[in-house]
Amino acid sequence: MSEVRFTDQHEWVRIDGDSATVGITKYAAEQLGDVVFVEVPEAGRNIGAGGEAAVVESVKAASEVYAPIGGEVTEGNTALADDPAKVNADPEGEGWFFKMKIADKGELAKLMTADQYAEFVKGL
Amino acid sequence: MTMNNQGRPTAPGTIEANELPTISGDRGLMHEEPLIFELGRPGMTGVDLPEVQMSEARLGGMRRKGPVGLPGLSEPEVVRHYVRLSQTNYSIDAGLYPLGSCTMKHNPRLNEKMARLPGFADAHPLAPQKTVQGAMEAIAQLMNWLTTLTGMPAVAMSPKAGAHGELCGLLAIRAAIEARGENRKRILVPESAHGTNPATAAFAGFTVDEVPAKGDGHVDADALEAKLGLDVAAIMLTNPNTCGLFEKRIIEIAEHVHRAGAYFYCDGANFNAIAGRVRPGDLGIDAMHINLHKTFSTPHGGGGPGAGPVVLSEALAPFAPLPLLVHDSKGFRLIEDRADLPEGANPFGRMCAFHGQMGMFTRALAYMLSHGADGIRQASEDAVLSANYILASLKDVMSAPFGDGPCMHEALFDDSFLEGTGVTTLDFAKAMIDEGYHPMTMYFPLVVHGAMLIEPTESESRESVDRFIHVLRTMAEEAKAGKTERFGGAPRLAPRRRLDETAAARKPILRWKPKDLPQAAE
Repeated sequence: MSEVRFTDQHEWVRIDGDSATVGITKYAAEQLGDVVFVEVPEAGRNIGAGGEAAVVESVKAASEVYAPIGGEVTEGNTALADDPAKVNADPEGEGWFFKMKIADKGELAKLMTADQYAEFVKGL
Repeated sequence: MTMNNQGRPTAPGTIEANELPTISGDRGLMHEEPLIFELGRPGMTGVDLPEVQMSEARLGGMRRKGPVGLPGLSEPEVVRHYVRLSQTNYSIDAGLYPLGSCTMKHNPRLNEKMARLPGFADAHPLAPQKTVQGAMEAIAQLMNWLTTLTGMPAVAMSPKAGAHGELCGLLAIRAAIEARGENRKRILVPESAHGTNPATAAFAGFTVDEVPAKGDGHVDADALEAKLGLDVAAIMLTNPNTCGLFEKRIIEIAEHVHRAGAYFYCDGANFNAIAGRVRPGDLGIDAMHINLHKTFSTPHGGGGPGAGPVVLSEALAPFAPLPLLVHDSKGFRLIEDRADLPEGANPFGRMCAFHGQMGMFTRALAYMLSHGADGIRQASEDAVLSANYILASLKDVMSAPFGDGPCMHEALFDDSFLEGTGVTTLDFAKAMIDEGYHPMTMYFPLVVHGAMLIEPTESESRESVDRFIHVLRTMAEEAKAGKTERFGGAPRLAPRRRLDETAAARKPILRWKPKDLPQAAE
């Protein structure tokens, strides 16, 4: 059973054993509006927790996507380059940004649960 | 039908403008102008040239094989083409242009007359300096005005626009830091900054560290102080800031910055709020660009080139870029080489080949001389008064996030008054086009949700501002009352309807390709 956690920068991270999949939340995708460009990290890159990992651009804004936890990138979702609309259509599924090997599972404890994140978004 | 006694109808008919497509594709006097390559006929020329008297072709292998690909038009066709294109443009000469942080003020015709004097207009940058002494004296006078208005000892005239001025300021700061033998790489930029600030810092080789804004729209001075350290080269701040507010703690901020050994760059984009009232030098600023094309009324935004001279503090003045303009017993001259530098000067380099935009300099100086110091002060006061009049007149129907106190030269609204109406800031701004106005700045500053930033400038009369307020007020009331027809898909009455920004970004067509037009340029 995979577990999903959230950051206050509106990334989600799904944990499957040692592997983590990262994307931006539905809320973030809605706030951005139509996404027109995505740059994902290449496999092999080491990123610390909170480090800049990817870039997402919409008609309204350009923002960085940060790594919720530290680790080595194992795969970037290159399909987003050709079809950035996936981020809007299915932000928490097919619109994932990158996968990484978790360096320290302890970092997960600092992230929000789905309920906590829902509460956090309500307060914005 | 109502008609006069010659049988001529005197009342309009009833066809709605959008109902019936026209035969020509033009809509009345709103022309549907094609590209110049789609006009005319290949090979057609507007002038008769004599037959070429040449006995042998000497081009050899360089001889052209295909058509050259230039449009073939007569002179009236060319004139019409560009006049028609110009008629689809909206400019400050056509109406109120409330684009925030852009200071779209009237460009006095006197400026244009002065700029067209042959001694200025025809001066060549490579002309012998003794033949352009008058133009150089005009530059020196303008420099004197700029240093006096800002209370700063030096000014670099060559930067061509605001962002170029920022770069000039940061390069001077970098040179000053290197001259001290230090290595400082961090620049603090508030969240509410103009986008060019972090871009300039990055371009000049610094890393950008963002300073948060407080809930009241001011920069968080405590957070800024906490971020200061031995690796901080400078802060970049706009005052008044992009929320249209005066940073009240600016002197305290400057003291902290200087104590940390860093420099204070001020973005002068909003100088029109304070020119003649506040001297940036008194606030502890080390470098500030002045957008002559904003504050001093020279045309911009498609209307002409900019000019962004940078005033420098005592600490940065030695690093001002070449060329330097000096005045001595032999008259005015430009110092172009390091070998000729006066004592103490240590320029960081050059910003561009020549010494600046003579046309803009002349216009700005004409503006200053015709207004006088008191007139410049009054212009700033009137600009602030206009913005506050708009803020006060609309804040009951629109929502002003910082509406409790007065603003400076621009009034800022957010989109909370549109909540639940289905109308967005974008819809609201586009509907203004149908009302004959250029939209305000929207979605900026980024720290305010759905921001609408309105800068009327001092150019508008009370009647003009009242009309504008009436339009915005009615639009806001209609949106809130659920009457939203005019917003969806607006503009309806412009040459083009709402553009599909997503398709334009996802599937951009970057190059026009002819179907079967052999004359198209390759």
